[in-house]
Amino acid sequence: MRVLPCADAGLLVELDDLAGVLALYAALRDDPPPGVTGLVPAARTLLLHLDPARADADAVERRIRATAVSEGGDGPDGAPLVTIPVVYDGADLGDIAAHTGLSAAEVVAAHTGAEWTVAFCGFSPGFGYLAGGDPRLHVPRRTESRTRVPAGAVALAGEFTGVYPRESPGGWQLLGRTEVLTWDLDRDPPGLLRPGVRVRFEEAG
Amino acid sequence: MKALDVITPGPFSTVQDLGRFGWAALGVGVSGAADRDALRLGNRLVGNAEDAAGIEVTFGGLEVRAVGAGYAAVTGAYGPVAVNGRPAAANAVLRLADGDRLRIGTPDAGLRAYLAVRGGIDVAPVLGSRATDTMAGIGPDPLTPGARLPVGDPHGDLPSVDHAPVRTPTVEVLILRVVPGPRADWFAPDALDALGSAPYEVTTDSDRIGMRLTGPPLERTRPGELPSEGMVRGALQVPPSRMPTLLLADHPVTGGYPVIAVVVAADVDRAAQARPGQRIRFRLPRMARSAHG
Repeated sequence: MRVLPCADAGLLVELDDLAGVLALYAALRDDPPPGVTGLVPAARTLLLHLDPARADADAVERRIRATAVSEGGDGPDGAPLVTIPVVYDGADLGDIAAHTGLSAAEVVAAHTGAEWTVAFCGFSPGFGYLAGGDPRLHVPRRTESRTRVPAGAVALAGEFTGVYPRESPGGWQLLGRTEVLTWDLDRDPPGLLRPGVRVRFEEAG
Repeated sequence: MKALDVITPGPFSTVQDLGRFGWAALGVGVSGAADRDALRLGNRLVGNAEDAAGIEVTFGGLEVRAVGAGYAAVTGAYGPVAVNGRPAAANAVLRLADGDRLRIGTPDAGLRAYLAVRGGIDVAPVLGSRATDTMAGIGPDPLTPGARLPVGDPHGDLPSVDHAPVRTPTVEVLILRVVPGPRADWFAPDALDALGSAPYEVTTDSDRIGMRLTGPPLERTRPGELPSEGMVRGALQVPPSRMPTLLLADHPVTGGYPVIAVVVAADVDRAAQARPGQRIRFRLPRMARSAHG
């Protein structure tokens, strides 16, 4: 583990893998050290935002190291499982099949056959990066981004799958679409796909 | 005061408070006033809590009409302020009668002025904040002509001071303290020297998300992609152009370009007052410079 300061505004904690990130995030989320104003999990890092007036960076770092030792590499406990029905008719399904060497039916079977975990959110509010799926589905981003990807689009890029929470530009390969609202400001919390949440996709009838 | 009616919003005016905390893990950043100190000062002058919402006015041009009598203060960027066409003081408590028109002109120094009103701007909060996040598209819309902004009920007393001595934003070279990291090791050994060697100029490609700068190029040595990671306000992110972007209030929660250094938190407010064409000089801690520098 490395702890990299971001001046007096943050501490960036580098961990071995996503499981380590989610374990540290889960351990700090409900009882963050004094002066920590926000936590940002990512693929290999957890960023702790600090209030410079209130945080003692050395004390926060000691707490991180003690927590990481005691938590080991276990995933967060009690993470909910969400099921997302998908119509697999995405514009890039053929390209995904060609890239992976699978048939379209095998791509769908691989996407629905694994349990994914929300690694982190980014890009736009409620856009979760889901990891841990079938490694045969690793595909590059499209060479050209689309200027308009509809809300509910289910897509692949790199080791991740995701659901576009609202219409936006996007460069991921489109696999299908879902009716499930992944971001709703009238819901508490507004995001369905929060870090640590487990996800299964199923083919909609 | 019951409300403010927007007569003209100027180039870009938004409602801002001190930000939206606790949602970063869902992909929603803090946002809030780009110059937090200036909004705090305005709120103190009119007896508000420091985190009450006010109006952030980018490059002047805002004119509002008071609906009901009350108090206001203009802080941040320094320039002409007028009430009913008569000059009024900046960084001072202004008493407004019902129907009075307050205008904030194009600033002589700095970029963003703040209009605080006693009681605070009382639009509906979103996720606990009234800040307009231009990156996430969350919070109130930017001000438009004819918009009516409700003003909240005042709490507590007006302070006994009626003006505040403040340092006017500089129009000369702005000096900002930076600390190397978190990804300084992705750059050539002399890149930190380059960062501190000569001023950078603020380009017109600058907004609440970040300021693109031009100046000495910062050479990367480590190839490959950085997995996206959390970003802080004040980070100097370096894309393949080798020119740094200084991240401001509405910066993305995560980013994939390495951060060579971070502006210390107390200096980011002053950075937010830098105008396109203005120059910035980064001051590194002495020990961070390489031996040959």
